[in-house]
Amino acid sequence: MLKHFLTLEWKSFFRSASFKANLAIKIFMIFGALYFMAVFLGLGIGAFYIIERQGWGDPLQVVNRFMIYYLVGDLYIRYMLQKMPITNIKPLLYLPINKSKVVAYSLGKTVVSFFNWSHAFFYVPFSIVLLIEGYSPIGVIGWHLGIMALFYCNNFINVLVNNKDSVFYSLLGVVLILVICQYYELFNITVYTSPFFNVLYELPWVALLTWGLLISLASSAFFYFKRHMYLDAGLAGKKSLAKTEDYAWLNRFGNLGTFLKNDIKLIRRNKRSKTSVIMSFFFIFYGLLFFTGGIEAYDGPIWKIFAGIFISGGFLFSFGQFVPSWDSSYYPLMMSQNIRYREYLSSKWYLIIIATVLSTILASFYIYFGWDAYLAVIVGAIYNVGVNSYLVLWGGAYIKTPIDLTSNKKAFGDKQAFNTKTLLLTLPKLILPMGVYALGHYLISPTAGYIFVAMAGIIGFGFRNKVFAMIESIYKKEKYKTLAAYKQKS
Amino acid sequence: MITVQNLTKRYGESIVLDIENLEIPKGQSFGLVGNNGAGKTTFFSLMLDLIQPTTGQINNNGVQVDASEAWKPFTSAFIDETFLIGYLTPEEYFYFIGEIRGQNKADVDNLLAGFADFFHGEILGQKKYLRDLSKGNQKKAGIVASFIGNPEVIILDEPFANLDPTTQIRLKGIIKELAASREVTVLVSSHDLIHVTEVCERIVVLSKGELVKDIQTSNETLNELEVFFGG
Repeated sequence: MLKHFLTLEWKSFFRSASFKANLAIKIFMIFGALYFMAVFLGLGIGAFYIIERQGWGDPLQVVNRFMIYYLVGDLYIRYMLQKMPITNIKPLLYLPINKSKVVAYSLGKTVVSFFNWSHAFFYVPFSIVLLIEGYSPIGVIGWHLGIMALFYCNNFINVLVNNKDSVFYSLLGVVLILVICQYYELFNITVYTSPFFNVLYELPWVALLTWGLLISLASSAFFYFKRHMYLDAGLAGKKSLAKTEDYAWLNRFGNLGTFLKNDIKLIRRNKRSKTSVIMSFFFIFYGLLFFTGGIEAYDGPIWKIFAGIFISGGFLFSFGQFVPSWDSSYYPLMMSQNIRYREYLSSKWYLIIIATVLSTILASFYIYFGWDAYLAVIVGAIYNVGVNSYLVLWGGAYIKTPIDLTSNKKAFGDKQAFNTKTLLLTLPKLILPMGVYALGHYLISPTAGYIFVAMAGIIGFGFRNKVFAMIESIYKKEKYKTLAAYKQKS
Repeated sequence: MITVQNLTKRYGESIVLDIENLEIPKGQSFGLVGNNGAGKTTFFSLMLDLIQPTTGQINNNGVQVDASEAWKPFTSAFIDETFLIGYLTPEEYFYFIGEIRGQNKADVDNLLAGFADFFHGEILGQKKYLRDLSKGNQKKAGIVASFIGNPEVIILDEPFANLDPTTQIRLKGIIKELAASREVTVLVSSHDLIHVTEVCERIVVLSKGELVKDIQTSNETLNELEVFFGG
């Protein structure tokens, strides 16, 4: 039986549409994976010595102190990204296979998922270093096994709370408050949680308790799914209560308003697009890496422009990049209706502009780091509005990856989104403004650099009609290819 | 009036559609039948300019469909679920199509009122998004959306499939009514020979991409088709 399951898995992996990307991208992906493994490995080995050298205290205790946040962060990432095991067992339901076997198999599949074993790259080397540095072997083994069990607990907690948004977001709120409290030294949760992790080392048998917890979580997940393995229970997709909304105030914009209404609904009612908006919100804080001087490599003056573009352009990059793929599931409808590309694109363009302006306003807290920092944000926003907004729409014409609006899979990047044309288009999006700034900065003065970049944005804005006409013709030219590509669902 | 000339569609070596000449006069109810892979959906996709012909052309009211978009205002279609916007409620979807086709809310409401029977209380006011409706109900919504905005040409691919018997009978009534007005050209494809002979005054049989029969519907038509497909 297991053999059948495994061959199915094998085929579904190697025959998936996304796997058939070209060789260059595959190599690129492998290097990416190797890079991250190396980073984690380095962190695992290096963490001990870094903490020791910085004099933060006993490395194991320091790691234990932040362990609670690591675990919660892990749960958060899982909730957002980890795919539930139940989605593709429908075809197995009516076959003569024991229900227990099907459930055990699909839960077992989550156990070997990347979300579990990736942590090993940190824990295994860290534990080995602990042993080398003379920590008690039994203690280290106890700690290691205990932490491992806790990560697997996360795995099953995620399976159990999946799709229970209310539980999840209230938990997230609590954690955020705790983080803020800790930052301002009002209340420190880690004081209460770190002893627990320390106990794992001091009294290794406590690890048994965590394994007990793991087993009880795993078995409750098992029985839960076994009991609910019906199409209208555990396997049912979440159905939300729909409300017809009018947005009549948008009617005054005519046809453009029609599309805006639709786009707002698109963003509000689909998981994938909501994730994009949330991501673009986090982009606002990206600049903290630059303006706080947290990372040395980013200290050069031209990096300010880089930061400015990302801070105001989060939505532009995360949403705009995938126009027209957002409409992929009903693209044939759009193409056979009396729709003018100009209006269709304008609607997306306005959304991008509105989001850019909003992000810029929200980012006003950068004034705290000096007007110079916020000026970089504003200049970046002008460039985003005037130049990058066209470039993403242009690049979108070549991406052609159908988007499954209801799932978060691939929300964080897609192999097919990388092709030479889109890569070439990122050059003017990021490198060009940095170059323009550098020109002004080094030849004349920093202010001139800002003026140059802003000018580029304003000039771009002036050419709006011309550029739109050009993008329109590209969309038209790509129409049949795009339709064919959207037909191949992954 | 729709005219088709030397239309072929080829994927690599295989020819999926090859129609030398076909004329569909205005107001005709036109049925397209054929087995799987006969080229029915390919033909409709070509009519809607969703795929490009390898050779030849289709003229819809004098507009060459792959050269100009002027056919869009008077043509509407429901091919499959890719014509539905899943995250809208049926009402929102109808209004959206209405706005694109120059109809205000009252116009759309008016039209929808006429389909209350057809909807059977399962479409409007259901607090469900289109993606959460059953296949049959999705189809009902898509078919009715194709009637919005007084189109002169309506293309329906397999409209009877997935519908319950009551709705099938009602849909037949609707199509007959449209045909009776002689204003609207209705193109319907179907695997169900009984339905298609009942609603269409002309039936064209496709086989492996070629037009093999062109029949003015009469009492013998059903028999003739059954013999053709049975043999």
